[in-house]
Amino acid sequence: MTDISPQGEKRERHLCEECAQKEGITPNPQGAVNLSQMLTAFIGGGKVTAQQIAELRCSKCKLTFVEFRNSGLLGCPCDYDAFEKALVPLIERAHQGANQHVGKFPRKQEKPRTAESDLIRLRRALVRAVDNEQYEEAARIRDRIQKIESA
Amino acid sequence: MITDQLAKSAGQWLATPGPLSEIVISSRIRLARNVAGYPFLSRASDDQRRELADRLRVHLDARATNGQWEYLDLDQVDDLDRQMLVERHLISRQLVDAKGTRGVAIATDESTSVMVNEEDHLRIQVLRTGLQLDEIWHQINSIDDRIEDHIEYAFHSRYGYLTACPTNVGTGIRVSVMLHLPALKLTGEIERVFRAAKDMHLAVRGLYGEGTEATGDLFQISNQVTLGRSEEEIVNEFKSLVIPRIIDYENLARQCLVKERPLQLDDRVWRSYGILKNARTISSEETMLHLSHLRMGVHLNRIKDIELRTLNELFLVTQPAHLQKIHGERLTGEQRSSARADIIRAKLSGR
Repeated sequence: MTDISPQGEKRERHLCEECAQKEGITPNPQGAVNLSQMLTAFIGGGKVTAQQIAELRCSKCKLTFVEFRNSGLLGCPCDYDAFEKALVPLIERAHQGANQHVGKFPRKQEKPRTAESDLIRLRRALVRAVDNEQYEEAARIRDRIQKIESA
Repeated sequence: MITDQLAKSAGQWLATPGPLSEIVISSRIRLARNVAGYPFLSRASDDQRRELADRLRVHLDARATNGQWEYLDLDQVDDLDRQMLVERHLISRQLVDAKGTRGVAIATDESTSVMVNEEDHLRIQVLRTGLQLDEIWHQINSIDDRIEDHIEYAFHSRYGYLTACPTNVGTGIRVSVMLHLPALKLTGEIERVFRAAKDMHLAVRGLYGEGTEATGDLFQISNQVTLGRSEEEIVNEFKSLVIPRIIDYENLARQCLVKERPLQLDDRVWRSYGILKNARTISSEETMLHLSHLRMGVHLNRIKDIELRTLNELFLVTQPAHLQKIHGERLTGEQRSSARADIIRAKLSGR
């Protein structure tokens, strides 16, 4: 892969498959997202115990996390908060590590256009542009990041 | 009803082939939305489903567009008509199979449809011929805005638009482009395209989306990541990177066939033409295969007396529900094969 430094210098790095996956450069080989596989892997992962997960239940729609795991479908919008601990790792896996919406906001809702959210979005865009070998685009994004950071 | 009118023609969106239509059949964007204050559909009561459908219908009818709409309550729609809407890509098979109150609002020019009570309360989709993603995004974004003026969506400041399945959360956007890739298939290079697509977290599917095999060399490529990137970024990646690359590969493979295996290419194209022009009974699979070869032959100027739009139309009207609607009666498998062969011969001879 090629990194571009803030000074615009290119640096070649050669990573083995395993390291590339670790750095999130290549996706894991199973390709398409499989919800139940993700869940199994996650529960084995141990951040939250299986016991804690089994007890998760939404107070609004009464869905349990286990029921969600079996159907793949949530019961109501509140589940995103009720199951947050267990859900975020799944969301991150399904969305290339992302856990923050940066797209459209309802017009009635004030969009928090903070420098912080712009930076999150731009840094991800930079990684993608470099991955795709779009170096001009990468340089453009890098300049925008620098502009925000120096402001 | 709109379905009777649809069966008779290929629809405006297919009638005029769009940009790059020798390879890109159609582009589509859909947005998944849910109404605030209601459970998702797996937990919604019959009353809630009805209430949702009634509320949404009022807004779709009255406000959401400038153009003409027709709302269909799917419970009131005949089997054959539902099937035809699936063949037309206006509704999903999932909506057909779902139980309870559900419906679809369809713009009479077929460019737009809004499914009500599918996996999410609303699935808005805009479809156009060829590669026209910017135009589609512009159109669907404004439809979404206009619905949002009257309906409050379930929205989370961190996770964005909330969806029943967390794989759609955030933007709720699915960009899909239908591609015709016969040369990559013939040269065996298609597997490489699939692998590259997977590496970019894109899904490759068959003609009718999720869970369907690719037939007739038609492939649908769509994004899987909906969170952490803006709608414009996702659309742009398709428009400027993903699709142009695949088009280049396919063109390269087509030119390679012309240069290195012209005899085999012509043999395949003309045999397909021969079969389609002469068959008295033909299955859908065989039809798809030969239409695909013929389509490539037309693009490569091996066959000069057929227009792409005729072939696009044949892809559509040779499907089972379309055939039966055109005939005005239910047909057995055998009768369909014969009706299909008749309609192909008629269209190819310009009748």
